[in-house]
Amino acid sequence: MNAASETGSTNIMSKALREAAFAGAIAFGMFLLFVGIETYQDIDNRLVWRTRWGLLAIFVIIAAVGRFVTVGFIRPHIDRRKLAKAKSGVLEISEEKGFFHRHFLKIALIALLIYPPMSVMLFGPQGSLKYVDNFGIQILIYVMLAWGLNIVVGLAGLLDLGYVAFYAVGAYSYALLSSYFGLSFWVLLPLAGILAAMWGVILGFPVLRLRGDYLAIVTLAFGEIIRLVLLNWTDVTKGTFGISGIAKASVFGIWSFNVGAPDYFPKALGLATSSAWYKIFLFYVILALCMLTAYVTIRLRRMPIGRAWEALREDEIACRSLGINTVTTKLTAFATGAMFGGFAGSFFATRQGFVSPESFVFLESAVILAIVVLGGMGSLTGIAIAAVVMVGGTELLREMEFLKLIFGPDFTPELYRMLLFGLAMIIVMLFKPRGFVGSRQPTAFLKQRKAVSGSFTKEGHG
Amino acid sequence: MAGEALLKVQGVETYYGNIRALAGVDVEVNRGEIVSLIGANGAGKSTLMMTICGSPQARHGQVIFDGEDITKLPTHLIARKRIAQSPEGRRIFPRMTVLENLQMGANLDNLKFFKEDVEKIFTLFPRLKERQSQRGGTLSGGEQQMLSIGRALMARPKLLLLDEPSLGLAPLIVKGIFEAIKKLNTEEALTVFLVEQNAFAALKLSDRAYVMVNGKVTMSGSGKELLANPEVRAAYLEGGRH
Repeated sequence: MNAASETGSTNIMSKALREAAFAGAIAFGMFLLFVGIETYQDIDNRLVWRTRWGLLAIFVIIAAVGRFVTVGFIRPHIDRRKLAKAKSGVLEISEEKGFFHRHFLKIALIALLIYPPMSVMLFGPQGSLKYVDNFGIQILIYVMLAWGLNIVVGLAGLLDLGYVAFYAVGAYSYALLSSYFGLSFWVLLPLAGILAAMWGVILGFPVLRLRGDYLAIVTLAFGEIIRLVLLNWTDVTKGTFGISGIAKASVFGIWSFNVGAPDYFPKALGLATSSAWYKIFLFYVILALCMLTAYVTIRLRRMPIGRAWEALREDEIACRSLGINTVTTKLTAFATGAMFGGFAGSFFATRQGFVSPESFVFLESAVILAIVVLGGMGSLTGIAIAAVVMVGGTELLREMEFLKLIFGPDFTPELYRMLLFGLAMIIVMLFKPRGFVGSRQPTAFLKQRKAVSGSFTKEGHG
Repeated sequence: MAGEALLKVQGVETYYGNIRALAGVDVEVNRGEIVSLIGANGAGKSTLMMTICGSPQARHGQVIFDGEDITKLPTHLIARKRIAQSPEGRRIFPRMTVLENLQMGANLDNLKFFKEDVEKIFTLFPRLKERQSQRGGTLSGGEQQMLSIGRALMARPKLLLLDEPSLGLAPLIVKGIFEAIKKLNTEEALTVFLVEQNAFAALKLSDRAYVMVNGKVTMSGSGKELLANPEVRAAYLEGGRH
């Protein structure tokens, strides 16, 4: 018995070594040109290249060691655990949930509410800027965008690759209408939502008959059209220069955040002059907008229109034979999703104080969609977690100064943002193919609620 | 009530592009009847059923339901006239639970009669009650067929269209489903129009039946007559039964 398990483990080790060598070779082939060679322009404006063998070696070693550890240690460990679980004969579904699990939403909301005052207390007003603005607001914008897109992709099952267009419509609505007509944020926020919803319907009409890949291509094109219009309609949008000096949001028109103005809000509260207070105010605004999105989504799922969206995702023909008007159902999905994109856009404009077409490239759509898919289509909690991990994680890269000690002073971790994003996606999709939260909360009950385990859900299609 | 035509299909011709799938079909379904339509693969049975539902629409001829011409209505408006369909291939919503599937069927009345009707469906198909919070996609074929019929019944239909309810199911389950249809017909006077390949079971169940060949109705009569008809026996029964 002992001898058998020993030969088993030597087998695994030799297999792990073999696979590690393979992984190293593949990594070498893949990164040879991307990482091993770098091009740059010299003083005479000539394009020249130099090699980075050290960095390449690090990549290859990471791949080989990673493979070795996976095959040699992690996999046998997982197999052993699975075996033990199968032997014990207890199904996971019936597991009793812990306190944290049951009150997760309440805890998360309270944590978010006390997050800005906590960071001011810990780091002072100036020091809190980084945490409130770079992490807090940035993540919440993506949470809101992803929740908005979730209505279109997660609930109605309409694959939209051009969602950023509605974000752009919202941002430019606010930027243009506030700089040309001097309207305030609180007037323009709903207006931007309505305008974006209108564009959602305009996009919706031509694509009513499309589904899946075809729909994805058309929406992708739509996103690019909006961006190119913003880029080239220079009389109105100022093209690549963008629109700067966009008015700040006020506290419901009572106080303002313009330093030196008589109604400067922090002065009214007796606080020192600092830009941090404005960011904290914006944090609560975007938090409220996120809560609105979540509330509307949850409510709509229990209403006929929300049920129709989910049914539409599953089977359009069956929907029609049950008396559902698929045209209005699709259009409302597009319009509702776009409206939240528009809200987020006008918030983005007032936060940045500057918009240009560069903020609304296809990559943004892809990132938002990635967050929705990673989080688990249709699941608000999962999507929020995915946004925190993906946006917060990449934002964290900026903080990783210590990496310079390892990789040398020229190393800029932010540049690896997309590489890590992709890596994270692959890993999540390998281990949790339905996203972080794969289970879907049913909306119909006769007696008691019963969550259906993720293992019963079909993998993403549509 | 019985005897009066609820559904009249008159001279209907349906095309897929340039191909004529229905070549002038006349079918009548009276109130309270079970009428079945039998025929070989590709005869146009399912096309007729789909034409009644408006997708595809008939190019010539008329579909009259309850005295009203519904030929050119879009599918969802036809469904709102209380023509419920259990389509071919069942087409339940796989990621939604059994109860949610039934809920979708009750959408027309905005769930007004939901609780009461669900109980009715559960007495008709007790298996669905056991499976109520399970996902549609995880049900067995027979259970999915029950769900599909149940979902159609939730709309409180005047006419129930069933497209091949026996497709791919074990004989015992087919028997159960056909018994349920019979029960609905006798107890609730539900009018049923049934498309079937399983001619023997369908004819036994039906008051009247039509035989369809190449997009045309070639024979009609009571279920018993057709069962006894030598031509029908040769074409649709003997081959399959012995």
